[in-house]
Amino acid sequence: MFIRVHPWFQFFLIVTALEFAQQIKTKFGDLISEPAGFRGEITIKLANAERIADVCEFARKELSFDYLVDISSLDNYGEDPRWTVVYHLRSLANGCELRVKADVGEEKSELPTVTGVWRTADWHEREIYDMMGIRFRGHPDLRRILMWEGYPYFPLRKDFPLAGKPTQIPEVAFTQAAPLEGGPFVTAPGGKDAIEREPRVRTPES
Amino acid sequence: MPEVQNIDFKDPATQAASAVEELQDMQGEKMVLNMGPSHPATHGVLRIVLELDGELITKAVPDVGYLHRGDEKIAENMTYTQFIPYTDRLDYLAPLANNVAYALAVEKALGIEKDLPPRCQYIRVICCELARISSHLLGLGAFGLDLGAVTVFLLTFTEREKIYNLCESLTGARFTTSYTRIGGVSRDTPPGWCDAVRTFLNEVVVNIAEMETLLTRNRIWVDRTRDVGVIPRDVAIDYGLSGPNLRGSGVDYDLRKAQPYLCYPDLQFDVPLGAVGDCYDRYLVRMEEMRQSVRILHQCLDKIPGGFDNQSKEPVNVADGKIVLPSKEKVMSSMEELIHQFILVTQGMNVPPGEIYFGHENPKGELGFYINSRGGGTPYRMKIRSPSFVNLSILSHLLPGHMMSDVTAILGSLDFVMGECDR
Repeated sequence: MFIRVHPWFQFFLIVTALEFAQQIKTKFGDLISEPAGFRGEITIKLANAERIADVCEFARKELSFDYLVDISSLDNYGEDPRWTVVYHLRSLANGCELRVKADVGEEKSELPTVTGVWRTADWHEREIYDMMGIRFRGHPDLRRILMWEGYPYFPLRKDFPLAGKPTQIPEVAFTQAAPLEGGPFVTAPGGKDAIEREPRVRTPES
Repeated sequence: MPEVQNIDFKDPATQAASAVEELQDMQGEKMVLNMGPSHPATHGVLRIVLELDGELITKAVPDVGYLHRGDEKIAENMTYTQFIPYTDRLDYLAPLANNVAYALAVEKALGIEKDLPPRCQYIRVICCELARISSHLLGLGAFGLDLGAVTVFLLTFTEREKIYNLCESLTGARFTTSYTRIGGVSRDTPPGWCDAVRTFLNEVVVNIAEMETLLTRNRIWVDRTRDVGVIPRDVAIDYGLSGPNLRGSGVDYDLRKAQPYLCYPDLQFDVPLGAVGDCYDRYLVRMEEMRQSVRILHQCLDKIPGGFDNQSKEPVNVADGKIVLPSKEKVMSSMEELIHQFILVTQGMNVPPGEIYFGHENPKGELGFYINSRGGGTPYRMKIRSPSFVNLSILSHLLPGHMMSDVTAILGSLDFVMGECDR
């Protein structure tokens, strides 16, 4: 029949990623959480986001994670700490991947940059700053990237409404709240009736 | 054995850069040139602020975001199925490949990617490879047009038109296909479609060969692309390039080989690599990838379970009523299917809490979806890792040291789409 990946190979993939995660844990000790697996992917979490550059440096230099796939960010609205920054590391030589997460508190909203480790982090970090408002200390050029310079809000935060907020920079740019009569059809599962399940605008609570 | 001499060869870009340093004191005032956002060579709405010393670029600041629509925010506010049409608008030159990438990502989150019926896997691979040929044809056509080779553009667009006709008869739309569903595809191939694909494959190889005769040994083409925009191997990895741009620099990394998905392990194809990493290498890599796609497509048509017209009624969707919509007759006649239909439409499928990342080898590079679910039918957070965004981030490093006229060659060889870059 149709064998997708050789089972041994799959096993090999997970084990090496897990081994690398264990090596990072041995090096940094209590800073690193116990590696967690989900759908064949290994995730480790840092107790202190200030050390993220050190961990990434070690992963790149010693463990051959030479390719940074992506950096994304999470807004854990209503929880403390509010932000989570998620790094996807890949080793081109070994073909294994590792996810590194770090929590950042809302009052600080700052963590060290990893642009010194991979230059591709430059634009990813700018995008996170632009969309979530998390600052990266030591970044060479931390400007907005998708929104324009001078835009006052951070659109991917959960408390930013889907319709947007009106802004005005005279003679530069403006936004108005989007009309939502015809959609997008916001869906919030679990409500008791259709009005609750399909509100026009989704609030952070729903 | 004769002594090996170390010839200190410098490519034109390095020579130009060192000339700038030597002549630092003699330089006059620099000029700032604004290229874009509406410029034919920027293929969309990319803006680059160039600092020029005569014809020579000394600094380049790319400015993206003119096509920002907030797709990631939109995704948080709708069910997984409702987001499929938005994926068409990412890389709008290869919508079928985006559909497949997104569906595979959600299926990985659901944990059903191994349950996909074989026929569905083959149809999806056919879609991906058709999209790859279509995207590369446009990329090369526009690349040629930017450098003055207008005929190539006309040839490639004739071929693309045939792919659009195939898309239309398969999905009902030429451009915004929205073909995949979570757990399958929206419909099986129509009668005669596989034969039409076979006919197309036999025609396209002839035209690829003709394009090759127009460009590959063309003196003007070679002069304008060779040793221009050289990206060394380590720089390509450092900047996270992916797809043909990474392989043009000689890095042997193709997600179809490195992390095989769908039925790619059953198919035989080669991954072309560049030697130097200049614009010419990236052009050659794309040219060869189209031939390899044709090879993959022929194998898929030979092996597709159920044959061309699915005589044996092979399924194309997973058999799980909680993920795939039931057929209309079943909804009208059976209680269980009616409930499934109702739940799926109002709440969506239930994705278990957790987070996954799935990277797909799109024509432009690695299109990745990071899905963070807290249960229920909507993602808590969905990050789209778009290849064009990452590929463009190298511009501020790559452009300085080149001549102004090389910018069009470099942009054409990077082959980006702003709809995907800005999301």
